[in-house]
Amino acid sequence: MKETSQSRRAVQDIRSQFPILTQKINGRDLIYFDNAATSQKPSVVIDKIKNYYEKENANIHRGVHSLSQEATTAYEQARHKISSYLNAKSDSEIIFTKGTTDGINLIASSFGELLNPEDEIIISAMEHHSNIVPWQLLESRKKIKIKVVPIHKTGEIDLEAFENLLNEKTKLVSITHISNSLGIINPIKEIIRKSHVVGAKVLIDGAQSVQHEKIDLQELNCDFFVFSGHKVYGPTGVGVLYGKSELLNIMPPYQGGGDMIEKVSFEKTTFNVLPFKFEAGTPNIVGGIALGTAFDFIDSLNFEQCQVHELELLRYAEAQLNAIPTIKIFGTSKNKTSVISFNVGDIHPFDIGTLLDKQGVAVRTGHHCTQPIMDFYQIPGTIRVSFGIYNTKDEIDLFVAALNKSIQILS
Amino acid sequence: MNYTEKQNAIIEDFSLFDDWMEKYELIIDLGKEIEMIPNQDKRDEQLIEGCQSRVWLKSNYKDGKMFYFADSDAIITKGIISLLIKVMNGEEPKTIAKEDLFFIKEIGLQEHLSPTRANGLVEMVKRMKLDAIKNY
Ligand SMILES: Cc1ncc(COP(=O)(O)O)c(C=O)c1O
Repeated sequence: MKETSQSRRAVQDIRSQFPILTQKINGRDLIYFDNAATSQKPSVVIDKIKNYYEKENANIHRGVHSLSQEATTAYEQARHKISSYLNAKSDSEIIFTKGTTDGINLIASSFGELLNPEDEIIISAMEHHSNIVPWQLLESRKKIKIKVVPIHKTGEIDLEAFENLLNEKTKLVSITHISNSLGIINPIKEIIRKSHVVGAKVLIDGAQSVQHEKIDLQELNCDFFVFSGHKVYGPTGVGVLYGKSELLNIMPPYQGGGDMIEKVSFEKTTFNVLPFKFEAGTPNIVGGIALGTAFDFIDSLNFEQCQVHELELLRYAEAQLNAIPTIKIFGTSKNKTSVISFNVGDIHPFDIGTLLDKQGVAVRTGHHCTQPIMDFYQIPGTIRVSFGIYNTKDEIDLFVAALNKSIQILS
Repeated sequence: MNYTEKQNAIIEDFSLFDDWMEKYELIIDLGKEIEMIPNQDKRDEQLIEGCQSRVWLKSNYKDGKMFYFADSDAIITKGIISLLIKVMNGEEPKTIAKEDLFFIKEIGLQEHLSPTRANGLVEMVKRMKLDAIKNY
């Protein structure tokens, strides 16, 4: 597989928009293969943040002065941008959060209030800890029951087991779109459709998907969708919770404070309309605005070409890794994004990760906040490489050389 | 050699290499040498759970001196442990508890002893010192 000069130029053009990629790590060019943990940021996003604090900073939704008005407009425009990119029915269904974890906790607290003892929530064995622990907290608070869909050895979800778990007591199915530790893409359309048949609502953890897949919320027809800004070229500390307005309207507020109220008195307080009902206090204003810019950036890409590029990187790296006899890849489905989780013989992933770092290659090692998956495969962890739109085959060659050197030293 | 001299000797060994990979090759070789705790002798109370690697530590006090046995599932962690043991073994509890452990930083391995590294080493050093304190 050779890159055409045209696609090479397109990638170079994208790379040039990410200042960090010229950094040196331990004296070598940075090879950033930890995109599933967080993406790097393009100049437009970095500049937006700087410019906001230099020229536009004010609090929003509360000032009559021009700066405050302008900041409010920019914040609401960002919401609109995100809403239309994801094809929500209305901007008011887009709630700014701190990130995926915050969004799931919001739903567990607020939607969770509507649940009764013995109600069931289904999650899968491949969930990130942030899609497990909030439900466990709810389980002890509301005496609901958590059911876990197992996965096959390939890392794919066991759909038959899923259907067997679904019943009229199932109130929510909370499932990741794409596994962060294995890269497996779940058949969420089918999961959503089948869940709705028994009347269950569906929450999709989109932390790993918005950057790789085009999302159309109305077409997906999920009830909730959450993701983090920092994984989609935006800043940390901001994310999005999408919810269908008919649900968000009947859910109680999550946190109380400014902005989320209509009228406060000691006798009776009434709440603001969506989305503000769920946005108590001064939000991460610059975060929201810069996340809008991140979506402008995504819109400026040839998204399909980027998807092809990422898949080519995946296949190219898989082929090279499979040529090393002691390597075992976890998550062998064909239906994957550009994530490879692997181990080398019985070498500890931490050792490989440390030596790769010394050679300028940033990878993730450990359990990736998905300990149940590691228990399932009976391993302490894996080495995970995850590619982004700005990575290249040349970088993969350098990584494989660095990996071979590490293996040689460690064997 | 006393506590300080032992540490200086290690610093000197490492100063022979400029390249990071060579320093790590040395650590890995040391990791292969370390006196391990056989698997069947490992006890839960010896386990120090790190997020990245796990460490087992056993301390013995004999004739006024401390002796440590340790193991880890990651070989780099094990190599660093073996350096610590080289310095600390056979020392009086008071020395271990009170004197400065400076060589790790000097040879540029302090990142492995940062709490964020989560490899169990910080906790291990703390436990080595506490076990020493118990005996003086
Ligand atoms: C699938 C998945 N869910 C949830 C999260 C948590 O995201 P955050 O830490 O940004 O809240 C992550 C991030 O690692 C993830 O990959």
